[in-house]
Amino acid sequence: MAEKIKLELVTPYKRVLSEEVDEVTAPGSVGEFCVLPDHTSLLTTLKVGDLSYKQDGKTFHVAVNWGYVEVEDDVMTVLVETAEPADQIDVERAKEALSRAEEALKTLSNEDKDFKIMEAALARAMIRVQVASEKSH
Amino acid sequence: MASLKDIKKRIGTVKNTQQITKAMKMVSAAKLRRAQEAVAAARPYADKMLDVLSSLALREDADSQPLLAKRGKGKALVVLITSDRGLCGGFNSNISKVAERFIHENAEGFESYELLIAGRKGNTYLKRRAGMEIIKAHEDLFSSGQVTYPTGALLGQEIIELYHDGEYDAIFLVYNAFQSAMTQIQTVTQLLPIVPKEVAEDVHVTEYLYEPSASEVLEQILPKHIEVQMFRALLESVASEHGARMTAMDSASKNASEMIGKLTLKYNRARQAAITGELMEIISGAEAIK
Repeated sequence: MAEKIKLELVTPYKRVLSEEVDEVTAPGSVGEFCVLPDHTSLLTTLKVGDLSYKQDGKTFHVAVNWGYVEVEDDVMTVLVETAEPADQIDVERAKEALSRAEEALKTLSNEDKDFKIMEAALARAMIRVQVASEKSH
Repeated sequence: MASLKDIKKRIGTVKNTQQITKAMKMVSAAKLRRAQEAVAAARPYADKMLDVLSSLALREDADSQPLLAKRGKGKALVVLITSDRGLCGGFNSNISKVAERFIHENAEGFESYELLIAGRKGNTYLKRRAGMEIIKAHEDLFSSGQVTYPTGALLGQEIIELYHDGEYDAIFLVYNAFQSAMTQIQTVTQLLPIVPKEVAEDVHVTEYLYEPSASEVLEQILPKHIEVQMFRALLESVASEHGARMTAMDSASKNASEMIGKLTLKYNRARQAAITGELMEIISGAEAIK
């Protein structure tokens, strides 16, 4: 039985992570799920959220944007558009983005073309702030 | 024959030009390295995407997905990626010609073709050619100096929208794929409908657990795939452009040195001739006095 899962986190810009980890929790589009070693083959989409993994008793958090996950033979490949580890998030900037998005949403109506864009921006900013506050512990 | 002063001036001009071409070469070399890294970083993502998509498409009914379903033989759109700036050898004209030839040679494949161009140079070249219908030209995609994912994504979304409107039956992509600083491969690929990679029959295909369902996953991945492909094509094109410019500027610098060498020789000859002439005058003058 495999002891660890290999977590590969890839964005269009670079390979963010390639580590042996004990456990991964990911924000699936139909709900949060957890992957342990010997997981069955799985393919699912992710939504904006907090992806966390445990390595040697420590938990790490990463803020991820839209993407999908493939689990096969204890290799978990996560393809996301953006991924920011908690310790790399600029909290000030994230908070600014958050308030900017909130302001913009107040002025827009449901039908506006930009509404969805701003809503997505808001979700991203919220996750960033949340993930940053978790930090690794 | 050109006077000494004229030749000296010429040498000065060529030297100035050489300085510029040398500087441009250095700049391109630096930019090329960055662009090359970006391409290398984007490739695993794009490749993985195509793998997943292909294995999904195998199991799903292609006709249920508008981006996979084959359409008729009506109008086709050619997306051409060039650069905004020149001085990069045959980079832009070559790729534009490839697009032009593709349209001419496949004239029977589709009723008519239209073009969507990224990059100023391709637009300037093709808008003067006969029979080229340009529906849109993006001339500011590369102005920021770096291609970001949103740039590619927006272009991808625009193309998907055009396709969804139903005006086009197929969309092709023409761009320079980066191979090395010296070589670019002019590539023509079919963008839409998406062609999944052929999977050999005997290859083991993993049975996945899909969440929420295979068709829903596919539905989300297909448009993303187009965005990623566009992003990647833009990156490849930019890296190719820097490579082409570096090569072009390198040979320009070499030509300039050669020219300076020739001109210097000419200058020295002319100088020598002038000295000989003066000496002759002095000697004959001295002879006359005797």
